Parts: sequence; C-alpha cells; structure tokens
Amino acid sequence: MDIQFRDGDLAFQAEVRQFIGENLPADLRDKVQHGLHLDKEDYVFWQRKLNERGWFAPHWPVELGGVEWRPTQHYIFQNELVEGYCPPVMPFGVRMVAPVIFTYGSAEQKQRFLPGILDSTAWWCQGYSEPGSGSDLASLQTKAVREGDHYIVNGTKTWTTLAQFSDWIFCLVRTSNQGKPQEGISFLLIDMKSPGIEVTPIITIDGSHEVNSVFFTDVRVPVENLIGEENDGWTYAKFLLLFERSNSLTGGLKQQLHRLRTIADQERANGAALSADPGFAAQLADYEVQLRTYEFLELRTLGNPNPGAEASYLKIIGTDLQQLASELTLRAVAHYGNPYIRDALVHGYNQPAVGPDYAAPAAPQYFNYRKTAIYAGSNEIQRNILSKAVLGM
Amino acid sequence: MDFSLSEEQQLLKDSVQRFVRDEYVLESRRKLVASDTGYSEDNWAKMAELGWLAMPLPEEFGGIGGGAVETMVLMEEFGRGLVVEPYMSSIVIGGGFLVAGGSKEQKTELLPKLAAGELKLAFAYAERQSRFDLNDVECKAEKSGDGYSISGHKGVVFHAATADKIVVSARTSGGSRDAAGITLFLIDNNSSGLTRRDYPTVDGLRASELEMDGVAGTVLGKVGGGAALMDEVVGQAIAAICAEAVGCMDVLQETTNEYLKTRVQFGVPLSKFQVLQHRMVDMFMECEQARSMCYMVNLKIADEDPTERAKAVSAAKVQIGNSGRYVGQQSVQLHGGMGMTDELHVGHYFKRLTMIDTMFGNKDHHLKRYADL
Repeated sequence: MDIQFRDGDLAFQAEVRQFIGENLPADLRDKVQHGLHLDKEDYVFWQRKLNERGWFAPHWPVELGGVEWRPTQHYIFQNELVEGYCPPVMPFGVRMVAPVIFTYGSAEQKQRFLPGILDSTAWWCQGYSEPGSGSDLASLQTKAVREGDHYIVNGTKTWTTLAQFSDWIFCLVRTSNQGKPQEGISFLLIDMKSPGIEVTPIITIDGSHEVNSVFFTDVRVPVENLIGEENDGWTYAKFLLLFERSNSLTGGLKQQLHRLRTIADQERANGAALSADPGFAAQLADYEVQLRTYEFLELRTLGNPNPGAEASYLKIIGTDLQQLASELTLRAVAHYGNPYIRDALVHGYNQPAVGPDYAAPAAPQYFNYRKTAIYAGSNEIQRNILSKAVLGM
Repeated sequence: MDFSLSEEQQLLKDSVQRFVRDEYVLESRRKLVASDTGYSEDNWAKMAELGWLAMPLPEEFGGIGGGAVETMVLMEEFGRGLVVEPYMSSIVIGGGFLVAGGSKEQKTELLPKLAAGELKLAFAYAERQSRFDLNDVECKAEKSGDGYSISGHKGVVFHAATADKIVVSARTSGGSRDAAGITLFLIDNNSSGLTRRDYPTVDGLRASELEMDGVAGTVLGKVGGGAALMDEVVGQAIAAICAEAVGCMDVLQETTNEYLKTRVQFGVPLSKFQVLQHRMVDMFMECEQARSMCYMVNLKIADEDPTERAKAVSAAKVQIGNSGRYVGQQSVQLHGGMGMTDELHVGHYFKRLTMIDTMFGNKDHHLKRYADL
C-alpha cells in the first residue's frame, strides 16, 4: 500500500500544467474561475486545443485517437484541467456516444462519426428522458417505425442538455412493444437538421437555458444510423451510463471549496472574517473532511476494471458534496445572494457589481446544482442499483 | 498509488482472521469479558507466539519492524472479532512510547519482554478537567533523588489493572494547560503511593482510576518533551483505532444486510422494502468512506510534515465518528427489538463503536482541531 504518485506521474502532472499554462487564454480562465456563462465557441476552442495535443479523447482506444495512460494519469489529467480552470469538456460526444460507436457501431459508423467528435465539428446531445419517462427510463414511448430504408420517428425527448447547439442527437427509441419494456428499445443516431425536429428551451430555476424539449414529428432516419441490433438498445444505453457516471469529481469539488474559502475570508461577521466565525469555520472543516474522504474513495477505485457499483456511490456522495458546497457559498454571501442581474453572469459585464463581485453566481449556482442529484440516474435510483448489485437485496 | 496488501500482509490478515474465527465466537468473548482480568492470558501468549505483539516493534529489540499498515491489518480484524486483549494499550500505545521516546537502556530492557508477552503496559493521560486536551495536565512530578515523585489523579486508564508498568503524563513545569513542561514517566503498577480503582467499561473492556501520592517514576523521553511524544504516539493510536472501527462497521453492515434478507414481515423479506434498501446503501457507503479514511490516515501517519499528519489524523477520526455512529445506530434500528438484546452481537459492536468515538477525542473535538490546524 502506498499513496505516492510515481516520478512518472509527477512529470506528467507538470506536463499537463505546462500545457494549460501555454494554451488557456486568460479571459477564458477568468470566466471559468468566476462561474460565468460559457458560449459554445468557448467549449469548442478548448476542445480543439486539447485535440491538437492528442488529449481530447484519452480514454478511447489508441488506434482511434486515445492515449495509453495508466489510471493515475487519467485521474491527474482530469483533475488538473478542472483545478486549472479549463472549460469542461462536453461529454455527450466524446465520453458518451463515442464509446458506444466504437464498441457496438459498424466500421462505417466509426469512420463517419468519430472524426467529427474528435475535432468538435459535430456537436452531440443525448435523447433519453421523456416527459413520461424520468427515472423509469425503460418506459420510454418515442416510436421508430421501419419503412423501407428509414425509421419514422415520432415522440418527445426532454431535459436535452445543449440541444440548441447540437448537430446530432443519440436517441433511445421504441421499436417493439413485445416482451419486457427494456427489450423493445433501439439506439438511433439522428441528424438534428432533419425535417420534423423542433427544439424549445426549458428555462431552469436559476434562470439559465441548458436544457430543452425536442419534438419529433415524422422524422425520417436512415436505417444505417441504427447502432448494433434493433431492440438491443438497452444494452448500449447501460454501457454508456457507466461512462456518464465515472467522471472524477474531486478536482471540481476542490475548486468549489477554494472559491468558498476565498469568499469566507473576505466576508465579515461579528467584526472579523466569516472564516474565523466558529460556527462557519466548523462547517468549512466538516466539508473539507468530507471532501478528503471522497477523494480517497475515488483514489481507491482507480483502475478498477468494473466500476459499476463504485460509480453509483461516487455519484451519490460526489453530487451531495457539490450541492453542499454551493449551499455553503450561498450562505456565505448572505444578503448579496438576492440581487439577480442576468448580464452580471456574462463575461465583460461593465456595470459595477451589486455587492461583492463573487456574490452574483452564488444563488444561481445553488439553484442550478439541485440538478446534480437528479440527473444521470437520480441518487435514489443509484441506491436502488447499489442495493441490488452490491448488497443483493 | 496502490491500495492492495502485500503478500506478507495478506498472510497476516488470513492468520488473524483464523484466530478471530476460532477463538472469538461471541460466547467465548462473553466469558472473557466476565473473567477476572477481562481477557485471556492464553490468547495473549498466542498473540506473542504468532508474532503479533512483536509486529510494530523494531527488529533490533526483538520486534518484527512492521509499519502502520501491518497494525491496521491486525486492528481491523480485532475489530471484526471485538477482541478484548490489551493490544492497543500495551503494544500500539505502550510500545509506541518506548519506541518513540525510550532510552537505549529502556528499549533494551523492555521491548523484548513486550514482544514476548512478558510485559504489559498502559497509558494514563486523562484527568477530570482535561476532556480531550492531552496537554491539560495537572498531575505534578517533582524531582526526588535520582528520579521523580508523581502526585495527582488520572481517569479511565484502559487495562491499567493488568499492566506491569504504566506510562503517565505529568507536569514538571509550566501552567496547567501549557504544552511545554509536560513529561512522560514510567511507573510500576505495584508502586507505593498508587491507589487504583478498577472497573469494567460499557463495551466490555477494563479501565481504572489512578490516585498517585508520591509515586516513583522514571522519565520516558525528554523532560518537558511529553507533549510532542504524545502527539506522535496518540496519532498512531488513532490511526490504529480507525482500523478497529472499520472492522466493527463491516461486521454490522454484513450482519444487518443478511438479517434483512431472512426476516419476513408482511409476507416478504424486509430486504424488499425500498426504504430499508436505501438505508442499507447509506450504511454501506458510510463503511466505504470510513475505510477510505482508515487507509488515508495509516498511509499518512509517517508523513514528515506535522500539520499534514495532524490533519490526516483528525479528518479520519471525524469520519470514523460519523460513520460509526450511523452504522451502529442503524444496525440496531434495522434489527428492531432483537437489536436491543444483549444476546445478539449487534449491540456489542454498536457499544464498541460508540466508545471508539470517545477515545482520544470525539468527532467534535477533532473537527475543531482540524479547523484550527
């Protein structure tokens, strides 16, 4: 047993830091650091920088553009990006649909779709949830009926993150009503420019536009866009979920804590810094202990070839901590959680801040982060999974 | 970065597991708890024979030279068995003090006996007013001839009755809460001027109150160097006790899970109720978090940076306190009325976990210490 990074790991860490230093523009770093709104161009810019270095898709097979890294290197890489205030990589293409394509797709599909994902010319979104199918995903009703060389798709997808920017959507659709609900689902890749697709925004409680409804009316999808076998889509969806849940959260949590500490040092309470208030200091310490625990929980699972169960409890505990940090941050800014000036959340806002400039994102982020315990399989669904898979209940 | 046990460590684990399985069924533990000494001298001799008493002691003094991970492996299995022998008091703490602060002569004389099971130690530090502050010491030591004469009270000294010698913290100078001016002493258990009141503890161990009135003591470590020594050795003790707690929690988690699958109510096993499934998952996650922090602290306890070490110790103790409370309370709750009975082992693990939180500072104490570091 040991918890030292090897020499090679430390050198690698330095290499990643140097890369970030040389490639991340100051204003972009600034936006991320202050929790301001990011445009599609911001994401694309950074993803291309990573791709130029060959680091955009490190977990892919090497022959397709991946890198042969040890688990510790993947871990270091992910956390350095976050701690260096790099824009997050949008997961829908590179981390979600790509593994499905290179694992279950045909040679033609790999050739056709993977290059666009790598160079960020094709933007993807995920068509899973429906108005009537949230946690009970297998009850989904969006229908795909085969007509010659096409499927005709009708139905509604919802909570579709960044669909407004997307060129493609990967969808779970119902192709059969025979047998168990899971058995009649297929995995389709659909061009967002197809006639019959309509995207309407859903504004969330924090006032932001991240998610959408996507309506499909007689949308014609070529049969060659089907992944694997018809009615086997559930298998691919479960495979994909593992990737969705296995992102390291430690770096982001450390960043949240860092921001919180900075605020607590500047806020005043009873004639001293808020961070010196015994009540608040105890909550900060408590949070830090929980974060340390989470970090070691993550480290223990590094390199586990079958991350199913661990992915579920890391998701529960990690998102609890994301929410807790956002809650403490809101509490730290006190009165100045109230003002809501949308433009102040965008880089380049040139009016003076109302209250301290760090206060503006506190309430929106707190409200926005309530999503973390709900998305990617709610934390209650994760408990269902764990009770069956690990505890055999 | 590697969280797996070496081959030797795995063999050690297997051998303690065998011992616990063979010697430590609940019925035999019950007899030990009720016996005169509160544990078994035969078991102690066996532990000596198997090399466990020698494990953390240096090779040049009859030890095996194991590190924190070896102690962790032992303590976790002891936790699984609710082992009552004074391994913590005598070997981890007593041995720890001799190794960290003993003179060449003290080590040469005492460590081989400790390793062989011929010498037992205890550690007296708590006082009525001190709560969890190791440096709040009112016991006084005054120079007397070649040695020192110690007077004052020490409370809840684990395994004092069966110890041959007791490590005592006493003040040689300074005010009653100063870190400077504390010195550690070794006293003989049969010293004149020492009065002991022995009693059982709620979790099946033994402890004593000590009244000292001019008890002769020999210095352990440097005069005035007691605070630093205690900080080091108590840190090691906390790392070890975290492992014991992890062993206790795992048993409770496994037992409760098993119980829910077999206990039928409303025509179905309790494990079919979602509210209980989620409670079990929360217990499982507490166990995993506790284990993570147990590994963390045992891998960091030799860190050179004292602040880093202290933070690791306090963070781990906080997590163990939180997890132990949750797993203990919920195990009783999910066993229903059976969980309340002395007959079932669940309550005994719950009691041990509850008392582990009070050892060397509870969760509140360590959270504050962590915040202040």
